[in-house]
Amino acid sequence: MTALRPQAVGIPVGAHSAAAEPYWSGCLRGELLYQRCTECREVNMKPASSCAACGAAALTWERSEGRGRLYSWTVVWRPQHPSFEVPYAPAIIELDEGFWLMSAMVGCDDEDLRADLPVVVEFHAASDDVTLPYFRPA
Amino acid sequence: MPHPLRDVAIAGVFNTEQARTLEGRDSLSLAVEGALGALADAGLSIEDVDGVAGQFAAEMVLGARMGPCSRKLSTHGIPTVLEAASMIAFGECEVVVIGAGGAAMYMERSATAPWTRPSNELVVGYGLFTAAEFALMARRHMLQYGTTREQLALAAATVRNNGHVNPDAVYCGRGPFTVDDILASRMVADPFHLLECSMTSEGGCGLVLTSASRALDAATTPVWILGGAGDTYGPAYVVPPVWDLRGRGDDLPAGYVGRRAARKCFALAGLGPSDVDVAEFYDPFSFEIIRQLEAYEFCGEGEGGPFVEAGHIAAGGSLPVTTDGGTMSFSHAGLNAQMLQRVIRGVQQVRGTCPSSQVPDVEVAMCTNGGSGALFTDVMLLASERP
Repeated sequence: MTALRPQAVGIPVGAHSAAAEPYWSGCLRGELLYQRCTECREVNMKPASSCAACGAAALTWERSEGRGRLYSWTVVWRPQHPSFEVPYAPAIIELDEGFWLMSAMVGCDDEDLRADLPVVVEFHAASDDVTLPYFRPA
Repeated sequence: MPHPLRDVAIAGVFNTEQARTLEGRDSLSLAVEGALGALADAGLSIEDVDGVAGQFAAEMVLGARMGPCSRKLSTHGIPTVLEAASMIAFGECEVVVIGAGGAAMYMERSATAPWTRPSNELVVGYGLFTAAEFALMARRHMLQYGTTREQLALAAATVRNNGHVNPDAVYCGRGPFTVDDILASRMVADPFHLLECSMTSEGGCGLVLTSASRALDAATTPVWILGGAGDTYGPAYVVPPVWDLRGRGDDLPAGYVGRRAARKCFALAGLGPSDVDVAEFYDPFSFEIIRQLEAYEFCGEGEGGPFVEAGHIAAGGSLPVTTDGGTMSFSHAGLNAQMLQRVIRGVQQVRGTCPSSQVPDVEVAMCTNGGSGALFTDVMLLASERP
């Protein structure tokens, strides 16, 4: 049994796209944002400038309640890069608003992870200017 | 209507030496060596080449003083072979050579191999690499169908034991492995233990495709392409690898990526899964063997684990898989070579020239690339009989 914790500042964070800039600004404020189309009302999975469902350039950012269920997970013991501390638990979260998000589980032990576990978002800094959403049991 | 690839044959294949590291080698020189080796296998000369496809296509034209040549730039295994086949089928070329190789790319050993590490902003901060991405798919299958760790381990042991007896495999003689051996290796990304993951190595390979009339005069027995197709659900390693991700076209989940492609292949060939004598599955992780058995409808959904337990995929079974040891034991040079090597092994099986684990009287071989964690799968059917 091992506690799952957020990574320390200094992990790779990558370059941010223009389309996802509002998402990252929201994370810095502690808000989980997602895109919804004002034409067809579908949720958009990957930040973009037009809707994947209907093609309309009518996407708007909405704030998620940050609650959902654990859809899938893994517990990693061989780090991708030495800046990551093991174990860590990459997880796919199914948000209540109806979209999937790549994240990681924290605030519990690796043995607590189970399908459909109710989860809630929390935010942790990954670098001076990037904050990442993580999830813990609700 | 005649088969669209009736006048195309694979006439030559070649693998360079494969090893954990090949000191002093680089990727391009291995690709050239692979291409020249495949030409020699076919009994053709570099003067005969009027087309080049795949990794380093343009560089190889210059680097081996070929040309003027047609060239195609797909950098994945099976699509590269299909591009080469199209160059001949369209009458653009008579002899198309493919080369691929990988070396001197994995230098920072404290991290996972560079080609395993996604850089996209939405996933990079979570420490993902291919083992973790594929584990997220495997977990859903285990939850939904009760697939067990032992079934995953048996799939890995089967492939690794094929490599154990292959004199050309990087891990020749490293086995044999039992299920317990696999489960005793260290955990990488749960449920995958080290011995359930592809390894890293260096090496090159090549193939030569030519017209049917030339192939029938060539040094080797021609091998024919009955079908080839690919599925994707989007770019690899950008969005989470969600089993239940669906496009708008049909109801197939991303977890069964490749099913549509396999159905297209079988339809063109006029065959079905029961006609396949050997399955040269791409084997990035143990689970992908089980998944592909279901995706291509060799068994029902959720029945892949029991299918493996019943012994079907082992040497001597009804559907031997990945008979050279695959990316877990034969070789995994990282970019394109290991994908082409599925086709090369399929050709060797159809010809009956495998140095180990030769399946008797192969008439139809299936070869595959990709996998669910990367949201793409390519499928090809090879045959001994001209379509």
